[in-house]
Amino acid sequence: MRIEKHPILDFKRGKKVEFQFEDRTLTGFEGEPIAAALHDHGIMVLKNSLRHDRPRGFFCAIGHCSSCLMEVDGCPNVRVCVEPLKAGMVVRRQQGKGVLR
Amino acid sequence: MIHEPEVLIIGGGPAGLSAARQAVKAGCKTTLIDDAFDLGGQLVKQTHKFFGSEMEYAGVRGIKIPEILLDEIKDDSNFEYLLRTSATGYYEDGVVTALYENNEMLKFKPKKLIIATGASENTIPFVNNDLPGVYGAGAVQTLMNVYGVKPGEMGLMIGAGNIGLIVSYQLKQAGVDVAAVVEAAPKVGGYWVHASKIARLGIPIKTRTTILEAIGKEKVEGSRIASVDENWQPIPGTEQTINCDFICLAVGLYPLSDIFHLAKCEMKYVPELGGEVPVRDWEMKTTIEDIYVAGDAGGIEEASSAMIEGALAGLSAANALGKEPEDYNNVKCQLINELSELRCGPVGDHIRCGLAQCSMEDENES
Amino acid sequence: MNPNIENSGIPSKEQIERTLPSKERREKGPYVVIECWQKIPCNPCVKACPFGVIQPMEDINDLPVTDIDKCTGCGLCISLCPGLAIFVIDETYGEEDQALVMIPHEFVPIPKKGDLVQALDRQGNYICDAQVVRTTQNKSNTTVVHLLIPREFILDVRAIKP
Repeated sequence: MRIEKHPILDFKRGKKVEFQFEDRTLTGFEGEPIAAALHDHGIMVLKNSLRHDRPRGFFCAIGHCSSCLMEVDGCPNVRVCVEPLKAGMVVRRQQGKGVLR
Repeated sequence: MIHEPEVLIIGGGPAGLSAARQAVKAGCKTTLIDDAFDLGGQLVKQTHKFFGSEMEYAGVRGIKIPEILLDEIKDDSNFEYLLRTSATGYYEDGVVTALYENNEMLKFKPKKLIIATGASENTIPFVNNDLPGVYGAGAVQTLMNVYGVKPGEMGLMIGAGNIGLIVSYQLKQAGVDVAAVVEAAPKVGGYWVHASKIARLGIPIKTRTTILEAIGKEKVEGSRIASVDENWQPIPGTEQTINCDFICLAVGLYPLSDIFHLAKCEMKYVPELGGEVPVRDWEMKTTIEDIYVAGDAGGIEEASSAMIEGALAGLSAANALGKEPEDYNNVKCQLINELSELRCGPVGDHIRCGLAQCSMEDENES
Repeated sequence: MNPNIENSGIPSKEQIERTLPSKERREKGPYVVIECWQKIPCNPCVKACPFGVIQPMEDINDLPVTDIDKCTGCGLCISLCPGLAIFVIDETYGEEDQALVMIPHEFVPIPKKGDLVQALDRQGNYICDAQVVRTTQNKSNTTVVHLLIPREFILDVRAIKP
């Protein structure tokens, strides 16, 4: 779902890197938000809501709404819409409130 | 360690950058903090050409404006900025705390504080409005204009204010289709020229229409809309299913006013300005002596007015610090006049009405 | 509810006709048409024109007023209007039953001279085929596309399919 050609914009992307999502190895651009890299692969469900277990994705994409909290490299409650992707990151959907380490 | 700049600016959007430019040029040691990856605030996503006059960079694309604002000060030793830095608190001794890169707690004790934190998006209730694929308009802009990722293939836009109309146009430019723009009011709220340019791309604008439901199990697969009557109630029998794979909410913004509350600035709830805003004077000073406001944090408006308010705030702060900015009174009057010019037409009616409710003094007195 | 400029972005016939110069002037050469009917704070069109066609505004919210005799149809204003609301029509161009319409276009791929494209009306409906006579660009990134169309559609063609 990448935009390759745009009438106004030139996308300056970082280098292509691999990262883990659940049991898959995916690629994205270094430095872009993890949520953008996931979205590019059609992954829109980022977590399930605490009480009613409803699927949630990102909403605000600016770090305000808490809809996109995931576990990244073992750390829970990471706002993946503003967390820059790094090579080798391990991204998982967390269960409930996550476990602090 | 406590950092002690003369001026601390929270927010690096059009208001904050303009404030920095004035403060630094007047000789103030200025620190600007912003929680994003880049300076520019919402400007980094605005691919369209701006309105206003030459002084507000009319005709220039929003994405180009941050570098113009920064140009004069980026190499000035009086200016520093920190990105990925979120202001987290304001304490009664004038200390501002901030979280740097989610890791480090910073403390600032500035002589003057300019709060230019901008705004956040509203949401509206409808069935399944929490499904993945329901995004704020800003989120859609961020995805496609900053990171070059399509939000989907066919969107439904809710809201025909300037943001709804502009983002619909930008979606088309990104190669994404828009099934319709839905607006509950009888008229579009945005500029007619924006409405015209999306109409001629085949995007229908349906006024007096609202969204009832997002359809889908794990993500948006469609939606149901219906016409509304004069009391904003859906009219039975007018329901329609619209095919779409994302729904974009452009239903207004509200000012991000947390820090004003923490600092105990006098606040007023002003619907015309989008929510709670600080009471202020024509120098952009709040009811707390050393705290200033600029941009959407003080009332939802446009980037053009945000830039002028930022300049006013930066200039006023510099003057209050005894820096004697060049030609201060004339420049201040010029800026105030520029703001009045932008606001004096019919599309500025609600702004003037809103400002009358939260201004400390008559402009003629300043 | 009848579609009008306020609820659909589509102007009335009367609003469109108000943008046209006299029949006499139309037969003389190209002329600019400014489809801007709302008082909004905006005035880059005034400085955009190198020939002084668009009059200076006392109030930035004023609607643009043209001195149409000075217009040469250069199209510079088309690429600089933030609302993409300016067009040029030349009824003297081409054959008797043809005309030239210049429109702003901000999509890729940019059409090339000689291309046959689909011209759209104000509701985005296909109205006729148009031949691209020329495209011009400046640093504003808004392409001005010069379209040869049947003359009967000069009041309708305002976009091409992206």
